[in-house]
Amino acid sequence: MFQLIRYILLDIVRTRFLLFYTALLLLSSIGMFQLDADTGKVLLSLMNIVLIVVPLISVVFSTIHFYNSYEFIELMLSQPIDRRLIFWAEFVATALSLVLAFLVGVGLPLVFYGGAVGGSMLLFSGSMLTVAFVSLAFLSSVLTRDKARAIGLALAFWLYFTLIYDAFVLWVVYQFSDYPLETATLVLVSLNPVDLARILMMLQLDISALMGYSGAFFKLFFGTATGAWFSSVLLVVWSFLPVVIATRIFQRKDL
Amino acid sequence: MISISDLDKKFGRLHVLRSLRLELEAGKAYALIGPNGSGKTTLLKCILGLVIPNEGEILVAGESVRNHWRYREKLGYMPQIGRYPGNMTIGQLFSMVSDVRKASTDRDEELYEAFQLEKMANKRMHTLSGGTRQKVSAALAFLFRPPVLILDEPTAGLDPVSVEILKDKIVREKENGRLIIISSHIMSDLDYLATDLVYLYEGELLFHDSIARLKAETGEERLGRAIAHLMQAHLPSNA
Amino acid sequence: MNFRTFLTVLLFLLAQLADARVLRVSKQGPFRLLSQAVRAARAGDTISIAAGVYSEPNVLIQKPLFLLGEKGAVLDGQGKHEILTIAKTRVTVQGLTFRRSGRSNMDDYAGIKVHDAHGSRFINNTFDETFFGIHLSNTDSAYIAGNRLKATAANEYELGNGIHLWKCRWARIENNHITGHRDGIYFEFVTNSQITRNQSRQNMRYGLHFMFCDDNTYESNVFSKNGAGVAVMYTKGVRMLNNLFEENWGAAAYGLLLKDIRDSEVRGNRFLNNTSGIYMEGTSRTLFENNLFRGNGWAIQLQASCDGNTLRRNNFAGNTFDIATNGHVVLNTVNGNYWDKYQGYDLNRDGVGDVPYYPVSLFASLSEQIPSAMLLWRSFLVFMLERAEKVMPAIIPVDLRDNQPQLQPHDLHQRSR
Repeated sequence: MFQLIRYILLDIVRTRFLLFYTALLLLSSIGMFQLDADTGKVLLSLMNIVLIVVPLISVVFSTIHFYNSYEFIELMLSQPIDRRLIFWAEFVATALSLVLAFLVGVGLPLVFYGGAVGGSMLLFSGSMLTVAFVSLAFLSSVLTRDKARAIGLALAFWLYFTLIYDAFVLWVVYQFSDYPLETATLVLVSLNPVDLARILMMLQLDISALMGYSGAFFKLFFGTATGAWFSSVLLVVWSFLPVVIATRIFQRKDL
Repeated sequence: MISISDLDKKFGRLHVLRSLRLELEAGKAYALIGPNGSGKTTLLKCILGLVIPNEGEILVAGESVRNHWRYREKLGYMPQIGRYPGNMTIGQLFSMVSDVRKASTDRDEELYEAFQLEKMANKRMHTLSGGTRQKVSAALAFLFRPPVLILDEPTAGLDPVSVEILKDKIVREKENGRLIIISSHIMSDLDYLATDLVYLYEGELLFHDSIARLKAETGEERLGRAIAHLMQAHLPSNA
Repeated sequence: MNFRTFLTVLLFLLAQLADARVLRVSKQGPFRLLSQAVRAARAGDTISIAAGVYSEPNVLIQKPLFLLGEKGAVLDGQGKHEILTIAKTRVTVQGLTFRRSGRSNMDDYAGIKVHDAHGSRFINNTFDETFFGIHLSNTDSAYIAGNRLKATAANEYELGNGIHLWKCRWARIENNHITGHRDGIYFEFVTNSQITRNQSRQNMRYGLHFMFCDDNTYESNVFSKNGAGVAVMYTKGVRMLNNLFEENWGAAAYGLLLKDIRDSEVRGNRFLNNTSGIYMEGTSRTLFENNLFRGNGWAIQLQASCDGNTLRRNNFAGNTFDIATNGHVVLNTVNGNYWDKYQGYDLNRDGVGDVPYYPVSLFASLSEQIPSAMLLWRSFLVFMLERAEKVMPAIIPVDLRDNQPQLQPHDLHQRSR
């Protein structure tokens, strides 16, 4: 497994895109810190990158990478290696490289400008979101044979989780605003990794908004460690659930 | 060596293999032929575990293929079009495959040397010509001395000198008691290499016998003509 | 020697001159209990209490006296009774420690309970675990200064208010520290009073709570981490100057809650890190000027029932939402404030933005109606909605705008008085 991961990592690092991605993150993070002296505000801006850019890049890059690795996967499949192992090696290597790019691109400036403590949840959420969208990319890659359709599906996942799903949640809370909806909203939000990551970051960066008069329930829930733990664990589950499903499909896939 | 029973495979509505039964023995070289789309490559991929059959079973040396992977240690595969990670060099590719097969010693580097791949060890795969890539595929297939060799269009795209090197190698390995399956459209090559013929037509096994007997039955000297005979004999009844 | 000590000494000397006596309470006598001394004292006498813990039920004072606690003098209510009751006279209590009064919501036990004792003074006393600390009713011109009040309890019903005034006029309340009570400072029908430089922290309900208290001035006080912040109601002519309202978090916690307040001033205050900096309803003709709002969830929640208020020359920075409102009609003036979220430009370089700033965000309005929607804050969807709303306003009141948004924050060090 480690051999495989090493080879795949080497392959990914050689494509210039990953370097480009790292540089992009690095430049925008440093730029934000340069433009604004208020670390809190910068963290909130970085939060938008984590919520929108990181999932988008992760899901598209991973899908393209998966299709570009078809040769490698085929080659490995004709060798005496477990299918699952090959698939997971691809997954781990892809996720690892993107997480590293994120940690270098966002984490280093954060440490350098002294926002690392306040931004620890940002780094965690960003890393987990990266893994979750690599995971979704792998799912869309095994769901269809066609590269273009897989990229389309990956983008659909991204659009769904960053925009459409929240619109649906908003519609629900609007329609049923006469009822106590706290628990329902919380459950709905838990079904979306992007929302979970967002709330986790807000717990650290913008608690004032969550602690507002939206009811004692949220305060009770988010004001304690339970809320943070609940969200973190769910986010981790989210990161791996799609790839577990994808593995099952890949097991039976014809290549 | 390889025993295939009731093998059935559909791709959606397309019925690619229909209840195929086949016994392949060590020490023989099988020519796998048939028109385009007759299921040759699918059959090979089923044996390799790349394609999962809907029905039936494949045993390699008595071991079922389904959900297993260790049996692939016994297989060497040369694909029709060798596709390799583009950023890898030839040298890295060979060391990686050796790594994952955990076979650093006792490698058969005859083809690697004969094709002079050593000189190109630092070239990246995406810079290679189709022919060179075929050489890499061939060298990889034979590298670990597998008892079964599956060669999909092995001579396509190779220069004449290399074709001869490869053909000699195949003959030698056959004589070493390995089972060789060759899918090809080049009858002269098959005539030279194969001992037995497996003829697939629309996913069904049309003919399976030794080439010597086929020639004797049809009275033809050359394999190509013998097969033409064979097709004439079978096709009208099928059409 | 500061001025107040000087006054005390002067008073002491004057008492001597006026043939006033000093009675001493101590463990060695002549008076072993405060009540004995009070009984023996004549009007105008000074009772000096030596170090020691004196446990006696409810001492009642009905003649003008000067009670002076020496260092370490403690009156202990043993958790059973009220400690000191002052009625219909003018008394000064200074330097005493009141400890463990009884707790009773029926009797409102206090460290010191005062009624009809105009001109009484309570200086530099310590209140340790008393139910109410200082409880005044119907007492004009009281002076309460330099006291330290501290209580602890798990439940609100086990606590009384720190400084509690009912129906008083011309009170001066200065430099007191109140913590752990139900309301730090509680006023009802208290008028024309000065409340200055007090610190009210971590009280279970409100740091400051008043109603029907016209024409008071609150200046340079600190209200911090109180359970529900500060709530003031049904009052006109309030002046709130240079106070600090900070760290009041929670579902119903406000830096400053204004309900039915009119003709008032809120100037030079700082509202830092509250769930809601100012929440106002039914508030009219009130001026909000030179205040700083920083790090609040909502800087200002302006209910539709407010009219004629003016918000000018304030600084808004780092708040999640600047202004939220539940109505469409805007009857208030917002002008010349600094908003850190302002993204306009200033072509003529006069320091004033050339395009208006709309401080009400769509989502602030939305979550006002549907609190659960708050869980979607900072999502891409909300970002898009806000952008769309900026281009085509449909929901937020377009009239609520600052036509002269400042490009630089106001310098609030030059505070107005």
